[in-house]
Amino acid sequence: MISCDKASIICNKAQYREAGFLDILKLKLHILLCKTCSQHSRKNSRLTGLCNQAKLRSLSEREKGEMKQKLQPKD
Amino acid sequence: MTTHILNPDSWVDLYADYLFNYAVARVNDTETAKDLVQETFFAGLKSAKNFKGDAAERTWLIAILKRKVIDHYRKINSKKGKAEVRMTYSSGNDSEGDWMEEQIADPFSVMENSAIENEELGLAIQECISKLPKKQALVFTMKTIQGMDTEDICNELDINPSNLWVMIHRARTALMECLNQNWF
Repeated sequence: MISCDKASIICNKAQYREAGFLDILKLKLHILLCKTCSQHSRKNSRLTGLCNQAKLRSLSEREKGEMKQKLQPKD
Repeated sequence: MTTHILNPDSWVDLYADYLFNYAVARVNDTETAKDLVQETFFAGLKSAKNFKGDAAERTWLIAILKRKVIDHYRKINSKKGKAEVRMTYSSGNDSEGDWMEEQIADPFSVMENSAIENEELGLAIQECISKLPKKQALVFTMKTIQGMDTEDICNELDINPSNLWVMIHRARTALMECLNQNWF
């Protein structure tokens, strides 16, 4: 069986749909047997759900850079 | 007395996204929202000496932003003509007596509430993100909010994928903890 560390990495990748099929299978098996990871996995999915629900927006680094530049004192 | 020192240098990093989300929810346009945030920072900088330190920096900036949003609506209102309240109700005889009921908001509608709740949720998440170490916050935002590819983020920040996933893991764990009380 895979370790909890490995399981958490797969679990995070799965949140962004970047986990492979075989990895997900390994994760499911692990979750079946490990209570801690099962809880963590549930919370992790919940976090993904919340982030989607909130329709978060953010400014890009470039936009923030421009903002900072405009805030520089002109002398 | 200079006990209440503002840190304008870090404003953009700490509050830009929070203020931006707040503004977008109110003006419904990203460009306008961005301008309002910028104006808020300018105004904050200008009146920094009036900051008494009674409130947290962010609260103070939000108070300024609120005024900016109101000003924005005043401005577009004066351009487009005064606000009109239009009610469309037919004067036909077939709807005799029940027009009032038709105008009243649907008490079973949950649309408004969920919009408010989603905004609160968004601001709560943004607040938790701003508590993360800077690099973690950056990686999480790029990956989760901007939906960037792992490879692109790695190239831009000059890190390797396993670094990225470690930071994502730490960020997500911290966020779960931070949001735990109210949202889980």
